[in-house]
Amino acid sequence: MTSSTDLTRLTAADMAAAVAAGEISAVELTTAHLTRIAETDVHVRAFLHVAADGALAAARAIDERRAAGEALGPLAGVPLALKDVFTTADMPTTCGSKILAGWQPPYDATITARLRGAGVVILGKTNMDEFAMGSSTENSAFGASRNPWDLSRVPGGSSGGSAAAVAAFEAPLGIGTDTGGSIRQPAAVCGLVGVKPTYGGSSRYGLVAFASSLDTPGPLARTVLDAALLHEVMSGHDPCDSTSLDAPVPPVAAAARRADVAGLRVGVVKELAGDGYASGVLTRFNEAVELLETLGAKVTEVSCPHFGYGLPAYYLIAPSEASSNLARFDAMRYGLRTGDDGTASAEEVMSLTRAAGFGAEVKRRIMLGTYALSSGYYDAYYGKAQQVRTLIARDFAAAFEQADVLVSPTTPTTAFSLGERVDDPMAMYLADLCTIPGNLAGNAALSVPCGLAPEDGLPVGLQIMAPVLADDRLYRVAAAVEAALDQRRGHPLLDDANGLERAGDADGEAVR
Amino acid sequence: MTQAPERTVPFEEAVARYEPVIGLETHVELGTRSKMFCGCPTVFGAEPNTAVCPVCLGLPGSLPVTNKAAIEYTIRIGLALNCSIASWCRFARKNYFYPDMPKNYQISQYDEPLCTDGWLDVEVGVEIVRIGIERVHLEEDTGKSLHVGGATGRIHGADYSLVDYNRAGIPLVEVVTKPVPGTGSLAPVVARAYVTELRDLMRSLDVSDVRMEQGSLRCDVNTSIAQAGSAQWGKRTETKNVNSLRSVERAVRSEIERQAAILDAGGRVVQETRHFHENTGTTTAGRSKEEAQDYRYFPEPDLVPMEPAPEWVEEIGSALPELPSARRARLQAELGLPESDITALRNAGALDLVAETVAQGAPPEQARNWWLTELARRANEAGIALALLPITPAQVARICALVESGELSNRLARQVLDGVLAGEGSPDEVVAARGLAVVTDAGVLAAAVDEAIAAKPDVAAKVRDGKVQAAGGLVGDVMRATGGKADAAAVKQLILQRLGQAGQA
Repeated sequence: MTSSTDLTRLTAADMAAAVAAGEISAVELTTAHLTRIAETDVHVRAFLHVAADGALAAARAIDERRAAGEALGPLAGVPLALKDVFTTADMPTTCGSKILAGWQPPYDATITARLRGAGVVILGKTNMDEFAMGSSTENSAFGASRNPWDLSRVPGGSSGGSAAAVAAFEAPLGIGTDTGGSIRQPAAVCGLVGVKPTYGGSSRYGLVAFASSLDTPGPLARTVLDAALLHEVMSGHDPCDSTSLDAPVPPVAAAARRADVAGLRVGVVKELAGDGYASGVLTRFNEAVELLETLGAKVTEVSCPHFGYGLPAYYLIAPSEASSNLARFDAMRYGLRTGDDGTASAEEVMSLTRAAGFGAEVKRRIMLGTYALSSGYYDAYYGKAQQVRTLIARDFAAAFEQADVLVSPTTPTTAFSLGERVDDPMAMYLADLCTIPGNLAGNAALSVPCGLAPEDGLPVGLQIMAPVLADDRLYRVAAAVEAALDQRRGHPLLDDANGLERAGDADGEAVR
Repeated sequence: MTQAPERTVPFEEAVARYEPVIGLETHVELGTRSKMFCGCPTVFGAEPNTAVCPVCLGLPGSLPVTNKAAIEYTIRIGLALNCSIASWCRFARKNYFYPDMPKNYQISQYDEPLCTDGWLDVEVGVEIVRIGIERVHLEEDTGKSLHVGGATGRIHGADYSLVDYNRAGIPLVEVVTKPVPGTGSLAPVVARAYVTELRDLMRSLDVSDVRMEQGSLRCDVNTSIAQAGSAQWGKRTETKNVNSLRSVERAVRSEIERQAAILDAGGRVVQETRHFHENTGTTTAGRSKEEAQDYRYFPEPDLVPMEPAPEWVEEIGSALPELPSARRARLQAELGLPESDITALRNAGALDLVAETVAQGAPPEQARNWWLTELARRANEAGIALALLPITPAQVARICALVESGELSNRLARQVLDGVLAGEGSPDEVVAARGLAVVTDAGVLAAAVDEAIAAKPDVAAKVRDGKVQAAGGLVGDVMRATGGKADAAAVKQLILQRLGQAGQA
């Protein structure tokens, strides 16, 4: 182990503190992570684009500002992996799609700009399911990322690249987007903390839209506090996003430090368990609930009778919005252009480009959405799904009368194998069964590791859900669970992730 | 594409047998400073693709933010059209692919328009026709395609197309009328009168420059006809690309003539979009209903609903300016000019100018004459709107006053006008600088008259013999001698006096 790999294993909070104290420079920290990426990403394949020069330049700027005595933010100098769905003026933005391969946006997303403004060092852009449609990164046009716990398994998706990067110590922090579970599910299967903030709590400006009414940017990190620090840096009202909430960011870092659940009412959602859930997932989940009780929480069971309709409603609403959002990829102004041989009409070029540029899952959803919005079908599909959405929001409202937070497994199974579900969209969709209701209602939700499933030794996620703008409650509960489990285990969970070591053994080279 | 001209029935015959129903959809580009959903300026005629940003180019990741001024303007229009203003309504996406539409959907309104159910009174001759307003909604404009090569300037046959996105995202208000039945042979005139009235309304509300030639007011005209006395209306066609007031009238007329021929032959009118051609005054077929797009409208998820507060709407309503019809009635009463003059002034865009000139002290008749003849001619020669001539109503009023007082003849007044228009200063300054005042000095005038008589004794003799008409030649000589600055009537009087024919003038 070299000294640079030591640096990569620090928490983001410790990295920031060390930079602030002048113990290490941002350049050293960035170099350590770039080295780690160079060593390991051939196996993990988390990054689509590594911006070594840009990252080092940003790090140097931080070091200079610190040297000049400037007060720096809580994450200044800390590296980060950015999902390739946010626009970056100095890096390509592909959304994991051939149709945008090589596209360099002329502007930074609000989140990109906020990260830069806070002195966070963006290492590069991470892999994702094409246009964030998927739960494994296998729908990326540029190949799947791997789960650092077991390289034959998926890192989850769609924010699988960011999750894999953070779990592989290629970056201490990642940004993902969560439309149906795309932050929480990869966090769960990679053993990370992943947060879907309240819808409107984090800006969508410059986030290439999948489903506008559901898309929510959020943090991925190895600790609850790190996630909270990133949450605070990236969030807050954005006048460029009309759906952005004009409200103060909930005090999530303070909540993570408080890490106390005494007297908190915890509701276990009855409907999010049972058939289809792996036994190891349920075992660890039930233990986590018991743990919360031990820590002083008041646990009750709550019923959310309409959650069962969440998945079908989601697969009408999200594709409907996507069919419209993705219409702009037409070869006219940017991105791929196919068939423009001087004889084809604009309409033909559009058609040929979209046929060549979109992958199968994206096409499937565009067709689903186009159908659901069609004249004569709108009421039966899109309209009905919106009614379900209202009912699910009411279920949440009723449940939050009885409980301060709700809990469930984050995803029904641990990380599945690469290729296992690619030919079975329904099986793939089920990975988001527990996370979708939170997106439909727009409230806050988080996944925190709650141990390894006995049968496969892979991480299990505990999902915590809180009312709109009560994001801080998530962090209180998650930090309490994290502290108790780390103490019981004696070390952080990710110390047990040895997929890369095993790969290294197989390759006959040291990758860690 | 050339199509054989369709058969038609002469208009008078057509309207004798068939009853037309018309409807109009009018798009008005709002004159807000910035675009509908971004901060780009709303300029006309700028270099292509210079007034654009990620939002109006629809770049991936960009999001719209509603321009509050555009909502205010739309409410102003709605209130002026006697509409109800929704207390809660949403934007919707209208989905269809077209190269000049950056997102391949247009942010518009669907089943929740901002303003509904109003009316506009339109004067047709001495009659007033009340046109029902179905809705007024807000949307964004598209870019503009320029098809290069090919004969028609249309996309078919073009070598390539260029798109200018400066117009993309300019706020657009669509005013949709209810169907207007019962106007009979007046249908084309009513359609034109409605668009004229709407244009004047928009102008007075100061929400748009409403220049049809620049496309800031665009009109789609729906026309159907049915057997006179029939309870059921006919199938309608929607004629697009109707871009002048005259074309509105011609389009309705031509559709009535065409549809009548179809029905006469026992055929059925196809519900379709038709294109109007300025050169022929006729329409040709576009998309039929069978090929019509399914726009897959759904509520725009990137925007929050519009919820105009009742107090705000009330405030906008109480700040509405005097509307054109009320203003016309008031001005007519104040000016005391006949209805036909008011119409002529309105058509020439001179009503406000004349009213202001009269307010500055000019007699209404004179003010009307100056603006409708001399000044209208000069504006026409310069190819600009009357209001853009470099002369103010106050200056015109001053010229009227100088004529009234006898200090200027009409001829001299026209020269003063030239001077003012040429930027030589106020009427008084021009009079002074050019020395244009009427020669009223009796001595100077008398000398000139004597000189003229002396120079032409034969003419003078004729006049003395009673041929009073012959004095005209002498008057001309005196006028020439005084550089045109004498009052011709006074000169004639003086000549006759001198030649013993006083009282013969």
